[in-house]
Amino acid sequence: MLWRLLTRTGVLLVSLAVASVAVFATMNILPGDPAEVALGVNATEGAKAALRTEFGLDRPLPVQYADWMGGMLTFDPGISYVSKAAIGPQVLDRLLVTLWLVGAAMALAILVAVPMGTWMAVRHRHPDGVALAAVSQVGVAVPAFLVGVLFIAVFAVRLRWLPSGGWVAPADDPVEFVRHLVLPATALALVQAAVLSRYVRSAVLDVLREDYLRTARAKGLTPVGAMVRHGLRNAAIPVVTVLGLQLATLLVGAVVVEQVFTLPGLGTLLLGAVGQRDLLMVQTVVMLLVAAVLIINWLVDLVYVVLDPRLRVAR
Amino acid sequence: MTSLLRRSGLGRLNASLVLGGTLVTLVALAALVSIVWTPYPPMRVLSGVGNFDPPSGSHWFGIGFRRDIFSQVIAGAQTTLLVGVVAVGLAALVGVPLGLVAAMGPRWLSELVMRTSDLVLAFPALLLAIMLAAIYGQGRVVAMVAIGIASIPTFARVTRSGSLAVLASDFVLAARAAGRGPLGIAVRHVLPNIAGLLIVQASVAFALAILAEAALAYLGLGTPPDTPSWGRMLLEATPVLHRAPHLAIFPGLAIAISVLGFNLLGDGLRDRLDPKLLERS
Amino acid sequence: MTTDQPGRPALQVRDLSVTTRSGTHLLSDLTFAIADGERVGLIGESGSGKSLTALAVMGLLSESLTATGGIRVSGHERNLIGEREGALSRLRGTTMAMVFQEPMTALNPTMRVGQQVAEVLTIHRRARGAQARERAVALLDQVGLPEPAETAHAFPHQLSGGQRQRVVIAMALANDPALLVCDEPTTALDVTVQDKVLGLIVDGVEARDAALLFITHDLAVVSRVCERVLVMYGGRIVESGPVGQVFAAPRHHYTAGLVAASALTGPRGGLSAIPGTVPSAGRFPTGCVFRTRCAAATSECEIQPRWDAAGAQGWACHHPIGAS
Repeated sequence: MLWRLLTRTGVLLVSLAVASVAVFATMNILPGDPAEVALGVNATEGAKAALRTEFGLDRPLPVQYADWMGGMLTFDPGISYVSKAAIGPQVLDRLLVTLWLVGAAMALAILVAVPMGTWMAVRHRHPDGVALAAVSQVGVAVPAFLVGVLFIAVFAVRLRWLPSGGWVAPADDPVEFVRHLVLPATALALVQAAVLSRYVRSAVLDVLREDYLRTARAKGLTPVGAMVRHGLRNAAIPVVTVLGLQLATLLVGAVVVEQVFTLPGLGTLLLGAVGQRDLLMVQTVVMLLVAAVLIINWLVDLVYVVLDPRLRVAR
Repeated sequence: MTSLLRRSGLGRLNASLVLGGTLVTLVALAALVSIVWTPYPPMRVLSGVGNFDPPSGSHWFGIGFRRDIFSQVIAGAQTTLLVGVVAVGLAALVGVPLGLVAAMGPRWLSELVMRTSDLVLAFPALLLAIMLAAIYGQGRVVAMVAIGIASIPTFARVTRSGSLAVLASDFVLAARAAGRGPLGIAVRHVLPNIAGLLIVQASVAFALAILAEAALAYLGLGTPPDTPSWGRMLLEATPVLHRAPHLAIFPGLAIAISVLGFNLLGDGLRDRLDPKLLERS
Repeated sequence: MTTDQPGRPALQVRDLSVTTRSGTHLLSDLTFAIADGERVGLIGESGSGKSLTALAVMGLLSESLTATGGIRVSGHERNLIGEREGALSRLRGTTMAMVFQEPMTALNPTMRVGQQVAEVLTIHRRARGAQARERAVALLDQVGLPEPAETAHAFPHQLSGGQRQRVVIAMALANDPALLVCDEPTTALDVTVQDKVLGLIVDGVEARDAALLFITHDLAVVSRVCERVLVMYGGRIVESGPVGQVFAAPRHHYTAGLVAASALTGPRGGLSAIPGTVPSAGRFPTGCVFRTRCAAATSECEIQPRWDAAGAQGWACHHPIGAS
């Protein structure tokens, strides 16, 4: 158990380091001259030189990397080349919005997908199970932003039940906060639930074929009781692995959905930065998202051990 | 008779395969037809029409910004398929050899390939595309390359696990005993046996590529404005949804149908594959 | 078909048939009874329908199969076929219990074994909480697991196959069932462990005066464990009777083949196996199910043979061995 924790943490740290080098290299070596990207091709040599000096772009790359990484670790990755404002506070502000969106969507997706997938598996020979499986198959094919666009058309524009976009912080007005969160979180969650329910279905189907489930029935548990007490935890093991990967796609989906609903999250920050050629901002936000994915996968690995006692033996 | 059908594979045609194949053929047909013919030039602003006319006899999917939506939708299939083919092709071209190396090469090389692919998995297609777009600006090439790179790890993984299963079989042992080298084994024995697995993977990757391309175009990072693209049509439709929902419905349906088609095709093909090989992968 | 036992038997099966959706008969007209405290073996090659019989008795057939006929257990008035799932669940684990073939997979890998034993007590409200845990440890002790208190905290993967089967037996015996069904409980175990586990099962049912339905393809095991034997082939019972009598003087050619192929008759036994292989389900011939593999078969055998009996032994054969 401890050994696994240590090795996994080691892998995480190495992955973070390698990923940060990759992101840094992509953003600083591929463009040739970051100053030219920031100022445009027509910028004078003098203006570019001034920018380079101002932001330390004339220093050797390893020094720049160390400076940026050090900044990342202390929540102060530097000053934007474009807006000349500190990046750290902006990112933290936006991060919170994205976390709310992703967290709500994930919770909702799990809440829908687990019962739906279980139902699909248990009733896989019956018309209702097959129909539900077909619905999930269609759901997988619809991008989250399309659901968002349709939601706006129906619930915001036609019915006027909910706002079509924007953000209210929970501390300012809890009711408005929820009203603004419902549509984007649901749009993101529905597609995710469709994907996830298919994994739940196949995991539960596998478990249904297991001998121990028959043992549980022989003990006197009803089919539902056997599933709940013995099946779901075992089915959870493969599903949790997928959940980690799903959180990663959810994070990316959030980038697009934020754009649909004009939410001031990391996604809109990132895309704004791309539009303005704000390389350091792009570099920082991308690294943050990649780090989030890696950390989620690390957590999943640890949860896995808790769920599956076979991995706990320290040998 | 039934056994003959089964052996020829016809008896195992399943609903997923038929429906998926039909939808994919439909999309491919639309793309092919639109190369030589569309009812109207897709991107031309038409005269004598309103800004957002609803569907009618002369404009089947209606008008959006004085352009014919049906023409745009079938021409958009070209973009979708082009991006998909290039991205999946790139991923397979790089991923399959890597997977073979990981399966057949020394342990350290295998570890290196698999760890690297783990790391690349942490960079979803969209993030890669955003990084590249920040440097090079928007464009189809950026989208194709980003989606392609992001799909390499899964190809490497599928190839590796499929190859390991084949390599463990007796006929490979016999070929080895007969003195065939690793390259010969890879080409003569491993690749033909994992071809089905790779086709399934390609189909699934294609569906993901379509989704990624649509998202990128929606964000304004993929296809440039002068080329028909479903994602971009949705982007343009968003601000006028209250007046003209048909602007979003038809490209939205097109995306859903093609993704569904490739997913079903992949599912259907998977069901027909050698179950033993699948179990191990 | 069998001699009637005095009083109500622990298990009574009458005309049990199991069919698939496409109408293939997997079991046909099974009739037998097991008295309290009686140990009955069910033998036959794989594919003859033994496990299916066990699952039918427990009411655990797959949804796609249909059972007809009658299954009655002591202490429950109604026929188990057609009984509601809730009522069946209350009988399973109390009145009737089952031990499966594969101890490696029969236990939930994510639950401690003590908990899995205690669960049989708690779901039937025989004990709760700490009391159930104590009883579980006592049961683990009864089935001969070393350091039962520690073993109760183990996960299945930490135990050997023999130990896991002991846990399964502890679970099955926990609520003192009137009927214990064992489906090849020692087939997957090392030979050295087999005998101990068999002893455990025999002692367990004897102590509770429970009926035992013991499925195996190993005739030596039947002789060791059972008093009476049912021989099954093609989803039918082809012969039945006291173990000694049936094995010493089989009347059905299939039984004779099984006995000859087994180690019971000494070293030359293995050579004289039954010719041919067991057909797959639905491919058995009409009439006598064994006629396609039987040396004594004649055109008469195309008609289903009726059940003959002499004393406690019964058979279904047109040309029984030993008949003039």
